[in-house]
Parts: sequence; C-alpha cells; structure tokens
Amino acid sequence: MQAIYKREMRAYFTSPIGYIFIAVFFIANGALFSYLTLQAGDNSDISTYFLMTLFLFIILIPLLTMKLFCEERKQKTEQLLLTAPISLTDMVGAKFLAAYTMFAGTFLAAAVCGLIPYFIYCEQVNLALIIGNVVGILLIGGAFVAIGLFVSSLTENQFTAAISTIAIIALLLFISFANSYIGAAPIRVMLSWISIFARFYDFTYGILNIASLLYYASIMFVFLFLTVRIYERRRWG
Amino acid sequence: MIKIENLVKTYGDIRAVDNISFEVNEGEIVGFLGPNGAGKSTTMNMLTGYLSSTSGKAMIDGIDILEQPLEAKKRIGFLPEQPPLYLDMTVEEYLNFIYDLKGCKLNRKRHLLEICEVVRITDVYKRIIRNLSKGYRQRVGIAQALVGNPKVIIFDEPTVGLDPKQIVEIRNLIRTLGKNHTVILSTHILPEVSAVCERIVVINKGRLIANEKTEDISRLVDGFRRLCVKIVGPKDEVVAALKATQGISYCEVLGEREAGSTAYLVESDPGVDIRKPLFFTLASHNWPMIGEEAMGTNLEDVFLALLEKNDERKKRAANAGGTNANGVVRGVVTGKK
Repeated sequence: MQAIYKREMRAYFTSPIGYIFIAVFFIANGALFSYLTLQAGDNSDISTYFLMTLFLFIILIPLLTMKLFCEERKQKTEQLLLTAPISLTDMVGAKFLAAYTMFAGTFLAAAVCGLIPYFIYCEQVNLALIIGNVVGILLIGGAFVAIGLFVSSLTENQFTAAISTIAIIALLLFISFANSYIGAAPIRVMLSWISIFARFYDFTYGILNIASLLYYASIMFVFLFLTVRIYERRRWG
Repeated sequence: MIKIENLVKTYGDIRAVDNISFEVNEGEIVGFLGPNGAGKSTTMNMLTGYLSSTSGKAMIDGIDILEQPLEAKKRIGFLPEQPPLYLDMTVEEYLNFIYDLKGCKLNRKRHLLEICEVVRITDVYKRIIRNLSKGYRQRVGIAQALVGNPKVIIFDEPTVGLDPKQIVEIRNLIRTLGKNHTVILSTHILPEVSAVCERIVVINKGRLIANEKTEDISRLVDGFRRLCVKIVGPKDEVVAALKATQGISYCEVLGEREAGSTAYLVESDPGVDIRKPLFFTLASHNWPMIGEEAMGTNLEDVFLALLEKNDERKKRAANAGGTNANGVVRGVVTGKK
C-alpha cells in the first residue's frame, strides 16, 4: 500500500499536474477569499468563502483523479498491480489517499493563508464555525475524490474521466438549484437531501450537522467500495 | 510447482480456455506454444491471478491462486505481454517501487544490483525508462519479474519485437534463470521453445493438444526431411535424375530464384540423410549445386502435424457421432507417449 501511495505522490510532482493543481487552487482560493471577505465590506462573511470554495472543486478535483486508474490501464501497468501480492482494497485505498493528501494538504495550506488575516482583523472570531466548515469541506473533498477515482477506473481515457467527474460533481452541487423550478414538494425535499450544496448551508451557520457529515462520508465509502468492485468484476469478466 | 487442473475461461459463448490441465515441476523450463489467439495469455493471466477462471484450479507451490491470492502471488514473478513499466521513472526508482510493492525482505541494494547484473541493465540504472530502447525496456520488465526472487517465473511472449541479437540474449538469460527457478514462457515462435525449453505444452483454440519433452516432439518429425536445393542445370533432366536417386521420395521445381540456377524442393524417404547421394548424383552429371538449406524448422512441422492430427481426429469423432471432445484431445496427447 505504501509503495503505491509513494509512487502516486511522486507522479503528481514529476508531471505538471501537481503543480497546476496547487497553483490554480491557490490563485482561485486567494481571489475568492479576498473578494468575499476583505473586499466585501459590510457583507464580509467567512462562511461564504468556504461555501464558494466548493465550486472550485468541480474543476480541480478531476485534475487529481483523472489519471489514477486510466493511466495504469493505458500503460498496461494495471497488470503489475493486480498480480502483485497486495489486495484490491489496498490498491484502491493507496490511490485514494494519495489524491486526498494532495487535496487536503493544498486546501489546508490555502485556507491557513486566508485565515491568518481573518484571525488578525476579525473582531469576533467564531472558531466553531471555522472548524465546522473545514471538517465539512474535508469530507466533501473526500467524497469528490472517491467519485473521481471511481470514474477513472471505468475508462482508459483521461479526458473522458475528467469530464464525467466534472459532470457528476457539478450535478451533486447544483442539483438543489433546480428546486425553485420544481413544484412538487417531495421532489424538492429529495433533491435538497441529495444536494451536497444544500446540505452545506448548515455548516455556514456554524451548525455541525452530523447527518450531513455522515452523508458525505458515506458517498466517499460507497464510491471507494464500487471501485474495488469494478476491479473484482473485471477479473471475473 | 505449478499445477493447472481443468482450467476453463469463457467470455460469453466463447471458450477462450477449454479444460486445460498440466503440471510443471520444480526447476523446469516449459514452453507454452500456440498460434496467436490460442488462449496462451488468458491461461497465464489466470495462473497469475490477473483473471479468474470460470472453473478449474491453478495452484502455485500447492497454493490455490483464487483461495489464497496474496500467498500465491508472492511466489510468482510475471512479465506480461507488454512490460508493465512506468515510463516516467528511472530504472532505479522503478525497481525500488517493485521491491516495496512486493514487500520484499531481502537486502534491497544488493538484491536489485544483482538482478541488474543478471539482466544486464546496470549501465541504464539511472536512466528514465521512457528513453530506453525496446530491448532494454523488455529487460527492465524481466528484472521486475525477478525482484523478490520468486520461485516461479512466468513470461508472456518475452522476445516479441526484439531484434535477433536481443532475442538470443533474452533466450540465454531465460536459460540461466531456469537453473534456479521454475519458468513458463509462452510464445508463438516455434524455434524459441526448442532453443530454450525442456518441455513443450501446445495449445490451440483453447485446448491442450500436446504436452511432451522437447526432444520427443522433435523425434516425431524425424520421419521426413525437406531440403531446398539450388542447382545449375536443365530443369527436366535434373528432376528426372533426382527422382531416380535412391532415398529421394519427392522432387519439385520451386522456380528460378537466382539468375542461372533453379531451386528444387527435395524430400527424402523416412530416416535417410540424402545430402551425400544428392551431391554425388549432381556431380556425376556435372551440375553444380550452389545452395542447400533445410526447409522449415522441425518443430513447425510437428506443430502443423499436431494441429492436423487433432483436426482429423475431431472430424472422425464428429463423423462417428462422438461428442467427447476432451477425449479426443487426450487421445492425441497420450497416443504419442
């Protein structure tokens, strides 16, 4: 497991992808932060910053996950991993952890850069709110990385993987926006139940919603499990 | 060391591997021979745990690959058809990755350097794999299979796409490996198995059609010998004279392949060396012989003969209303023993 993790981490930094991810993340994150807090005057709200960060993930997370399995299949190195004495769970887990390390590390570093001025200039620091938001985003990121990983295991083509992942993440985020056009209440309830964005609202008020945290964590585990199943199935195919 | 029992793999209605059984003893080098698409790679992939079998068993060192995959995989070094290389790594990084991946517990530095010496990649140890030639890449692939000193080494078409010099080198290497490991190698190149292997397993269309010692298979075709001879002289007279020579059973004009001479196909009676009588016949007529070469590798003939024999038996069985295809296959195998 460690071997694959190390190789994946290394691969992020021997190709441009890792640098592009970090650079774009920092630039976009910095712009968001200054626009929504420092420049916002009376409307300044740190929660909005966290909420908007979610939209960065639509583009950024597929960047991390698109290669994970596609590349192995294309280079035929998949056979190496599948005939090595490691379990499928270890293989999928190692790749997930590598992508997640990239995501979480960059997010935390970028958030800290933003939070330093927040702590210095803000008169009423709401620590609970910040912790809630950070935990929420870390879990949502985990769910998105797992989705990207799963999609990557389905195809040999990186771009197909990237675009499909973008579509799924965008759908999960935007699905509740359709609510204003839908009359039927049950559907509205269901959509906002599914919607990652709608669920995140609680966090922006400083409420640590355990149900939502569980929802994010289960998306993550379901997609990791499905990825393992994909490989199991292919072996029997 | 390796035991395959009634292995079957079906893809929908297609039986890619159909009830194959054979064993490989410790320290043996076995050639796995068959035309393209015969099911060689599928069998190897099942043996290494990359694919699951539809039914049947594959055991490595007494361990079932499906029941205890991790234990069995520890005992296997596998070189797939296309060497599984990470092109962005150096050879050193790659082999270290493999070392970690396999969870080896040997002396890392010494072990990896030893392997590089054996497969002769020490001089490219620090280079990025992307920049290596095909021959070197293949050798890095072999090195990868050797990491961890597995008991069983499985090579899927190890010499495909290499130049003749590299092919000879890889074959020598495999022969060396056979001293300390059990080796299976698959190929559709017939001379390869006779050059390297002690035993040959032949499959076609997913079925086992022979499992014999290499010499035994070669002996099978001792019966006939075909030569291509280039002679300067009048065609018809040459043919007549050759046909009259004792020991020659067949003679045919192949055509004018070189200006001034004609090529002939000459077949001898079973077990007769006709090269001397041929020479004397031609000498007595004053027709210079400017070339002589054996036609076809013995193994090729064996292989074709086995395939034909198998088809014939199948046809006969079908005509007789017999449906036991497996019985037919075994019949061929045991019939020669």
